[in-house]
Amino acid sequence: MEELLLNKPEGKVILLGNEAIVRGALEAGVNFVSTYPGTPASEIGDLFFKIANKVGVYFEFSTNEKVALEAGIGASFSGLKTLVVMKSFGLNVALDALLPFLYTGTKGATVIIVADDPSCHSSAQSEENIRPISYLAHIPILEPSDPQECKDFTKLAFQISEKFKIPVMLRTTTRVAHQKMPVRLNPIRATRPGRVVGKFVKEPKRFVTLPPRVLEMKKELLEKIKKAQQFSEKSPINLIGRGQTSVKSGRGIITAGVSYLYVMEALKELKISLPVLKLGFFYPLPEKKIKNFLKLLKKVLIVEELEPYLEKEVERLAKDVNCKLKVIGKDLIPEVGELRPEIVTSAIAKFANCKLKIENLLKIENLKLKIPRRLPQLCPGCPYWLVISAIKKAVDLKKVIFGGEIGCYMLFGNSPINLQDYLSCMGSSVGIAHGIKKATGQKIITFVGDSSFFHTGIPALINTVFNKSNPLIIILENQTTAMTGHQPHPGAPVIPNGIKIEEIVRACGVKNLKAINPINQKEFIATIKEFLNKKETSVIIAQRPCIWIKK
Amino acid sequence: MDKKMKKFNMLIVGTGGQGQITLLQILAEAAFSEGYDVKASELHGLSQRGGSVEVHLRFGKKIYSPLVSQRKADLIIGLEMQECLKASYYAGLKTNFMINKYFVPIPLQKIIPEDMILKNLKKFTKNIEVVPATEICQKKLGTNVVAGVYLISLSAFKKLIPLNPQTILKAIKKIIPEKYLELNLRTFELATKG
Repeated sequence: MEELLLNKPEGKVILLGNEAIVRGALEAGVNFVSTYPGTPASEIGDLFFKIANKVGVYFEFSTNEKVALEAGIGASFSGLKTLVVMKSFGLNVALDALLPFLYTGTKGATVIIVADDPSCHSSAQSEENIRPISYLAHIPILEPSDPQECKDFTKLAFQISEKFKIPVMLRTTTRVAHQKMPVRLNPIRATRPGRVVGKFVKEPKRFVTLPPRVLEMKKELLEKIKKAQQFSEKSPINLIGRGQTSVKSGRGIITAGVSYLYVMEALKELKISLPVLKLGFFYPLPEKKIKNFLKLLKKVLIVEELEPYLEKEVERLAKDVNCKLKVIGKDLIPEVGELRPEIVTSAIAKFANCKLKIENLLKIENLKLKIPRRLPQLCPGCPYWLVISAIKKAVDLKKVIFGGEIGCYMLFGNSPINLQDYLSCMGSSVGIAHGIKKATGQKIITFVGDSSFFHTGIPALINTVFNKSNPLIIILENQTTAMTGHQPHPGAPVIPNGIKIEEIVRACGVKNLKAINPINQKEFIATIKEFLNKKETSVIIAQRPCIWIKK
Repeated sequence: MDKKMKKFNMLIVGTGGQGQITLLQILAEAAFSEGYDVKASELHGLSQRGGSVEVHLRFGKKIYSPLVSQRKADLIIGLEMQECLKASYYAGLKTNFMINKYFVPIPLQKIIPEDMILKNLKKFTKNIEVVPATEICQKKLGTNVVAGVYLISLSAFKKLIPLNPQTILKAIKKIIPEKYLELNLRTFELATKG
């Protein structure tokens, strides 16, 4: 695969959506790439990690998404073409850095890839839809449907960023990022053997968001967005297909992203022809184009996953041009979970008043056998099993609260382990443990992985020490970011002369601290018992590498 | 292959780590090299860790959706028997099942016996074939990791996949790393006798 991405093959090559994004960025001539891994976006970073040196691109796994974006902002300010990659939740972390970046604007064109995960295939915490971030930050968002568009839209996003001097976001979802198809390639821009070196030129008026200048910047940003909207109006990625707009039925469909594919599949299956407006831009919307589309209709169906943001926009726009228009969306399309072709087919059949033959339906309901659920499990031989067994021997499970975190160890919430009483976002287990301690004084053992500790766990640990509470924090140091595909993190011995977690914890003022290999069960159990009764914050670092780490 | 619609819908189901993504790659490559439009959907991340994994492959003249619709599968390859029950969501009257006689226990649950699984699958379709692929590969090749490659090759020979077995062989040569190629070629060969 690496070779495929480096060469310039003729014709088409089968690519995963995420691979197509890498290819698109290379074709656009990207110089600087930063990321924190998160499924369904992880493969983008993994690929750049492998090929960066060969293609003259600077690549880094940053400690978290905010830092990744900040690194990207610095590169952009220095004139480099920049790509920053994260999953949905990462954008929440990076948001603080994102908003002012729209005010300053870019110098080197910058594209931010954000992957949502409808149905939470690889996500705990929430089923997030990042679309409204566009309103908050005034950042253009493009939504590809398939790998070909992943590649083409990535390039287009760089062009838009170049043109309007603001960052542009590409929003994928799991079924786009992990979809495969033959993709037509274009040449990769001539890459130099060495990396391109940028130059930061002092321009305080451009890069300093200090009042009163900050309000001028906001005005400038809104001007840019107006122009970007004109661009969106003319852009061929907002396209009308399948039949003419002047249809007799007076019905039409508006859709975007992977939903478009299900719409086209449904129209084929139902053998009907309706006008379909496919929006490649979610923000800024081509409002005139949408209004023209709506003018001729009596009813419009909005096919979109998750919350009805598009539906609300269409309702708003319809008021101006066609106030009798019936806008139908979430009445027929579910708001929870990803869409599937049969859901969309049945919705369109209802919308268009055509019959849908449902085969075999009775028999399905007659399936009396309960279909077993097979949940993901910790791997056999996983070092966490040793931690679990020590805890189960050391404490009365009913009397201790267990704090969960994002990582493989969130599987502690499944049977037969059942060591999880709360689970929220990255870095939160320690922060929440502190709050519970302060509120109740109950006994708590809380887990945090090494990569999560570096990501956002450290400030929470400092808070626990500073504001004086005494949870027992177990840092699961398996020397990798295992869940997302074993990406490296800043700790030793992942990298030579890496940062030692033990030293960080000590420097944070933790007195009760032990690093133990949990294979030493006796010591591990005794330490849990001892630390759980301490009056100050205590930390055990469970040091044992993930079984998949190459030695 | 749905002749009228000119498209083929298939799924490979099993548990995490049974090589579904590689099998998908081989078949997608083979279909593409026969001139078809191809769409596939994979599953990555935590779900791979021993959980249920289902991957979709569709090919034909023009393919939009990366997912097979409910009841529309032409072929379901089951790398594990119990997982086929879940895949029955995609089964209709014309669906073929090609099932590996192999069980991966689900923690804290009793294994559902083969006859019970088949009895339920037969409510959807009569075209069910059970092959002890894991056992055959273990016996003849000394390893069962290639059970999936055995099953897709066998499906092609039995014309359950409308692709020339030789194109699948070519795709195996293209996709499988040098180190494991010989083993996979022997697996393909073994399937010709199946």
